Amino acid sequence: MLNFIARRIAAGALLLVVISFLSYLLLSVPGTDVGRQLLGQGADQAAVDAKNASLGLDRPVLAQYADWLARAVRGDLGTSWFTSEDVGTAVAGRLPVTASLMLGVTLVTTVVSFLLGVWAGVRRGAVDRVVQVLGVVGYALPGFLVTLVLVLVFAVRLNWFPAIGYTPFTESPGGWLSTITLPVLSLSVASVAGVCQQVRGAVIDVLRQDYVRTLRARGLPASRIVFRHVLRNASAPALSVLGMQFVGLLGGAVLVEQIFGLPGIGSMTVTYTARGDIPVIMALVMLTVVGVVLINLLVDIMIGWLNPKARAA
Amino acid sequence: MSENLPAGAPAAGLPGVPSRDAGEAGVPPVRRGGAVRRLLRNPLGALSAAVLLLLVAAAVLAPLLAPQDPAASSLGDAFAGPGGAHPLGTDSAGRDILSRLLHGGRNTLGGALIALGIALVLGVPSGLYAGYRGGRFDAAANWVVDLVMALPAMVVLLASRAILGPDVRALMTVLGVLAAPSFFRLVRGIVAGVRTELYVDAAKVSGLSDARIVARHVLIVVRGPVIIQVALVAGIAIGLQAGLEFLGIGSGSAPTWGAMLNEAFQNIQRAPLLMLWPGLALGLTNAALVLLAGALRDGLEDRAGQAPAPRRAARRHGGTVPAVTIAACGDPADRAGLLSVRGLTVAYPRPDGGGREVVRGVDLDVRAGEIVGLVGESGSGKTQTAFAVLGILPEGGRVTGGSITVKGREVVGLPERARRGLRGGTVAYVPQEPMSNLDPAFTIGSQLTEPLRHVLGLSRREAARRAVDLLRLVEIPRPEQVMRLYPHEISGGMAQRVLIAGAMSCDPELLIADEPTTALDVRVQAEILDLLRRLQKDRGLGVLLVTHDLGVVADLCDRVAVMNTGRIVEAGTTERVLRSPEDAYTRTLLGAVLDQAPARSPWQPPKARSATA
Repeated sequence: MLNFIARRIAAGALLLVVISFLSYLLLSVPGTDVGRQLLGQGADQAAVDAKNASLGLDRPVLAQYADWLARAVRGDLGTSWFTSEDVGTAVAGRLPVTASLMLGVTLVTTVVSFLLGVWAGVRRGAVDRVVQVLGVVGYALPGFLVTLVLVLVFAVRLNWFPAIGYTPFTESPGGWLSTITLPVLSLSVASVAGVCQQVRGAVIDVLRQDYVRTLRARGLPASRIVFRHVLRNASAPALSVLGMQFVGLLGGAVLVEQIFGLPGIGSMTVTYTARGDIPVIMALVMLTVVGVVLINLLVDIMIGWLNPKARAA
Repeated sequence: MSENLPAGAPAAGLPGVPSRDAGEAGVPPVRRGGAVRRLLRNPLGALSAAVLLLLVAAAVLAPLLAPQDPAASSLGDAFAGPGGAHPLGTDSAGRDILSRLLHGGRNTLGGALIALGIALVLGVPSGLYAGYRGGRFDAAANWVVDLVMALPAMVVLLASRAILGPDVRALMTVLGVLAAPSFFRLVRGIVAGVRTELYVDAAKVSGLSDARIVARHVLIVVRGPVIIQVALVAGIAIGLQAGLEFLGIGSGSAPTWGAMLNEAFQNIQRAPLLMLWPGLALGLTNAALVLLAGALRDGLEDRAGQAPAPRRAARRHGGTVPAVTIAACGDPADRAGLLSVRGLTVAYPRPDGGGREVVRGVDLDVRAGEIVGLVGESGSGKTQTAFAVLGILPEGGRVTGGSITVKGREVVGLPERARRGLRGGTVAYVPQEPMSNLDPAFTIGSQLTEPLRHVLGLSRREAARRAVDLLRLVEIPRPEQVMRLYPHEISGGMAQRVLIAGAMSCDPELLIADEPTTALDVRVQAEILDLLRRLQKDRGLGVLLVTHDLGVVADLCDRVAVMNTGRIVEAGTTERVLRSPEDAYTRTLLGAVLDQAPARSPWQPPKARSATA
């Protein structure tokens, strides 16, 4: 097991280096004069050149990247070109917002889609059809459209939740809950739709397995068969979809944070990519990749725990 | 869902979406003419296709249909309601909403088309090549695909925008690259599955070139799933593009549905209705695409579903077998004490609403301490009879007539809870396939102790001790170690012993064994049969042995009933039935045994066999 985790972390580190290199290369396309952008059109060429030199932009791209990598490994992600903030601090300050969002969505998605999926898979009939229709609707509608409708109904019309803004948990747990509810719900619609279908399909698959029939023949109660044997066997495929959803959630967070004015990683991405602030963009890309790698690792460990055959492989 | 799905993710778990696994399992070939016809017969599919056609037509003809220039604004008309010169009203800058909607469709759908084209061009050929050739290209391509799929599409698009500038076409090209893996994976999976099919081997042997094989055999298999994926990726592309426009990162001033939504969102307090039309257009387009994909998939599945008949199902109108009453087995006055079945009928619903009878009027008796064989070819209804006795018929199947008594108690119509009380403790079941009948996620020990604890109510420690005894009973060496193993860590023969131990765990009186040796090799078969015989003798069990193997019947059974197309055609003592069969079908079965196994002499009673061997 430890061996497996070590191998996966090594692969993840390699992935990080490759992606960071490609990103740096692509972001440093010639033609953008950062110094000119920073100092404005009126600045004289000597000042612009000095600015570029102070940012290290007069050196070859490879040297710049090597420098960035050497510092990043030591935990120094540099300073923003435009705001002079320390990138690490800026990202860390915004991380709790996005983390609350992700955690909430994962929680809601897991609970709701397992409940609905198991229910639909075991009962079939009308419940099943309702879940199927919900799945299509949730999948078909673009997430930000769902968000807009939720804002319109629950924030603008009913005024149950604030339409905009964020209260940190440490400041007021109640306020945090009320600012985070609509964003979490918006993101959950689509991921519930996807994961729920997967749970339903997996449950139906497992119910048709020979061993379920044999367990019934042993006289075990149906509830025990469903909640012990069916659920455990159906969880593995559902978990891998949950993991894949996470990659998409990061994208969804960009829109949702923008709509609700949440000061998280997503809205940070929009602001800083628009300006081409390479140190910040690099940090955000790295953060995303690390998140994806860790989630996938977590999912694989959980699948291995659920399925002893996968553990052996 | 669009931005919630990484552009490269296989749309697993979606209704109407072939998941990656489905693709790898191989999807049956489709003939396109048939697919289109089936699609049009599906009302939802036809409706979605019509809606899409309408939307595309409106977008293409936008310059002709639009009442105004979409950019023409008159501030005096801002937020005008519908009517007059503006059928849908105007926005905050007094621009005509209908015109913007039509032109926006043009830009939105056009952008999606670019992404789709790029994704197809990149994903399909590389998927074909990687799937068909495998090897180094396959490995490299998979690595790249994994890399691309680890990237959140929205973040990459934002970063690309910083580099490439606010050019929608460039962004859609990037999106196409990001979406290409979904086609690559789908195509590669299907092709890799097909490559090992016999008909492809046959084509190779007959000297067809690779190009021709791909064109004639492989492309046909890939086409259906790719068309479905096109619909889904189109939806994703439209959603993502609208999302970018909504963020104000895109083409700038050109009208798009996303930009319109952005504008509506700015004025959400003042004119919430502005959101209606672009939202509707976007929702409608994507819903139509997803439903279309679903209808296409259903079309494919219908076709696949028609081919194989359900397993073990009797032919609908089974032949001319007369309903015989069998004196040895079927005297209604003299029903056996342990298990007695009279006039049992089992049916499955047919799509047309009727029922398909797979067991028709079966009479059967098993007394304590005797082994009764139930013989017939696959599909004769013998397993269905066994399931009916246990009350574990598969989905849809039900007993439609007759009576089953267990220890004198009628069980047909008994509520599930009472029925369950009989299973395990009174009637136990030994299945056919040892491996698929053990839950792969639990240890042998946990699977053996579970009924002991939850049916018999033993404590954890008692149950564990009892389970070890059971494993010893079925002659498994080192039972304490085996308790800790998972099913995939033991052999088929051992798994079958574990299943027999499981069946014996609650001290049943009647054992129903469904082909308990069929899946095992010959030496293990003999061991398992010996074990069954010993258990039966020691404990005075009644056994109903379902089998197609007349050799096993000859070895073990006191009496035998022969089944064909859902009916018992002959029953009697084993000696009588095998020595002088009265029914033509029984004679055919016996004849088949002789043809297959000339080494086995015509049936001899067990006592006589050792003398002739």
